[in-house]
Amino acid sequence: MPITLTESAALHVQNTLQRRGKGLGLRLGVRTSGCSGMAYKLEFVDQPAEDDISFECHGVTLFTDAKSLVYIDGTELDFVREGLNEGFKFNNPNVKNECGCGESFNV
Amino acid sequence: MALLQIAEPGLSTAPHQHRLAVGIDLGTTHSLVASVRSGIASALPDARGRVLLPSVVHYREDQGVDVGYDARACQTQDPHNTIVSVKRFMGRGLADLPDASSLPYQFVDGPGMVELQTRAGRKSPVQISADILKALKIRAEATLGGELTGAVITVPAYFDDAQRQATKDAAKLAGLNVLRLLNEPTAAAIAYGLDNASEGVYAVYDLGGGTFDISILKLSRGVFEVLATSGDSALGGDDFDQRIFCWMLQTANLSQLSDSDTRLLLTHARTAKESLTEHEEALIQAVLSDGRWIELTLTQDLFNDMTKTLVEKTLLPVRRALRDARLQVGDIKGVVLVGGATRMPHIRKAVAEFFGQTPLTNLDPDQVVALGAAMQANVLAGNKVDDDWLLLDVIPLSLGLETMGGLVEKVIPRNSTIPTARAQEFTTFKDGQTAMAIHVVQGERELVSDCRSLARFELRGIPPMVAGAARIRVSFQIDADGLLSVSARELSSGVEASISVKPSYGLTDEQIAHMLTDSLSHVKDDIAARKLREAIIDAESLIATTENALQADGDLLAGEERSRIDNAIAALRSAITAQATVAINQATSRLNTVTGDFAAARMDRNIRRALAGQKITDL
Repeated sequence: MPITLTESAALHVQNTLQRRGKGLGLRLGVRTSGCSGMAYKLEFVDQPAEDDISFECHGVTLFTDAKSLVYIDGTELDFVREGLNEGFKFNNPNVKNECGCGESFNV
Repeated sequence: MALLQIAEPGLSTAPHQHRLAVGIDLGTTHSLVASVRSGIASALPDARGRVLLPSVVHYREDQGVDVGYDARACQTQDPHNTIVSVKRFMGRGLADLPDASSLPYQFVDGPGMVELQTRAGRKSPVQISADILKALKIRAEATLGGELTGAVITVPAYFDDAQRQATKDAAKLAGLNVLRLLNEPTAAAIAYGLDNASEGVYAVYDLGGGTFDISILKLSRGVFEVLATSGDSALGGDDFDQRIFCWMLQTANLSQLSDSDTRLLLTHARTAKESLTEHEEALIQAVLSDGRWIELTLTQDLFNDMTKTLVEKTLLPVRRALRDARLQVGDIKGVVLVGGATRMPHIRKAVAEFFGQTPLTNLDPDQVVALGAAMQANVLAGNKVDDDWLLLDVIPLSLGLETMGGLVEKVIPRNSTIPTARAQEFTTFKDGQTAMAIHVVQGERELVSDCRSLARFELRGIPPMVAGAARIRVSFQIDADGLLSVSARELSSGVEASISVKPSYGLTDEQIAHMLTDSLSHVKDDIAARKLREAIIDAESLIATTENALQADGDLLAGEERSRIDNAIAALRSAITAQATVAINQATSRLNTVTGDFAAARMDRNIRRALAGQKITDL
């Protein structure tokens, strides 16, 4: 299953990439850390790695590595506004539970 | 879940780079410390698993200091050097303590606050509280495994500036960084997540060991406001023990007990009370020092009966608080129970009956305040950036701006909780005015000259309009750190200007206190001065309007009428020069009267002009 992002997320990524002046796209990944097992990684990509897997969606290139893909397969990245804050949210179908603060998760 | 931001390649932050922050409930009888770990707030126990720390400090003969259970054990042997309920003395002078003579301490009236003569020298309540806080700090750092970034400490909602400052000083002395002082009822409400609940009014019923407090809180836009507080500083769980104790004396026919027997029976009374929370009846068995054997059975019904008056006694302040807040029982959206004594089923029942709803009880009533403080500390330490800020401090003096005539228009009244934002609309005073000077002042007095000037800025580019037509919205905003920003915006053109200031910067507590007492002693002068300025402003604006009208439509007036108006203007001018409020007001209303016909004539002419050349069907 591909990794996708919503239109509002795509718009925000495009805008920030433009402001930043460089970058090929966005890297989505996971690392083992946090209190519940995994934590998401969300970074700009300047230089893709050799084993990167990429997806195109709404004009944005999304990169991930094979190891991460296992945990975020089918994820949709959304950009949301909650109260005074705005930011990205992973709608990840693989998540079984999250830690209390939602910063890390378990599959 | 937390919202993520995009990071530079390789720079994603690891989650849970946790900054250690704690919430501390510095109570009259017990204190405790709590912290948020893995997203969940919990109270931190000592090495023996006890969460509560008795708020008792004992100054030992060998210069050492005991805090907590060890200190409490010394209460009867060494009462002079064992300080209990020090919270009652925080920020208080000897005159504020009517029962000082009945306490076993040697009070010395210190500057601003009493001091206690102990074996370790003179100790102020701040120092004694600091000893309690130190014990909690050591416990927290041992449990959490690191240095604390900061702490939120709770205080009763009714604590005044002096008491709050004393609490802050105690924390500083204990080496704690105070992130904020939080009102106890607010902390309880936060622990129950009411800050996420819908807006409304909540009651916090706090029956502790020795004190009873009721607070009515209003939650709006994530900010808690204390509407009213009431209580009884000599009513608590201990009184219930006392009733059982008296019943024991009566039933077992005891009299003239020794101190140790009294203590023994009080302990049994307390155990019986606690066991009645879960059981229908409690068996009391004790051996007195003279070998007498006591065995009594206390049923829940009997207990309820003998303490009924105590329960009713708590409802009086509740009614008073509701009345002060001008609310009915039906306006209360939720009730929170705080304090160990609220575990008693008949208290819960009475509260539920009074408010017509089941109170919130699922959190430990001893811990709920500390838990809420811990949650707030977690946010303030920056561990949870996606949370909205919450209230938690108040501004000591009103903030406002200068209006025409050197008067102060208060925009944010003193004691407003921060963060806060208020906006007010102002308008231009003169025709064609294109700029406005905004002068931000702080203080309670009516005249700008008596208040403290904080900042000045100008709003330029207001489109020329007749006086009073421009709408200038001035917004005052104070963030959680007390930083004030003021912005002004003309609504039709959108021109804007703003400035940031730190309101309490450079003001010492004495200065603040002085400014407050000043405002009280000058109430009459201030009001008179305000009335005069207002009268002059009204008069001048009326003269200006009239003269403009005379210039435009003076031809409508017959000579006699014209001179009547001119005379009225001259009379008003001389009244202004004489600075006589009453005379100015009289002359103003006279000018208003004599220009009445003129105004009507102008109106007719203007309508005729507007209608000229138009067909009735076009209108």
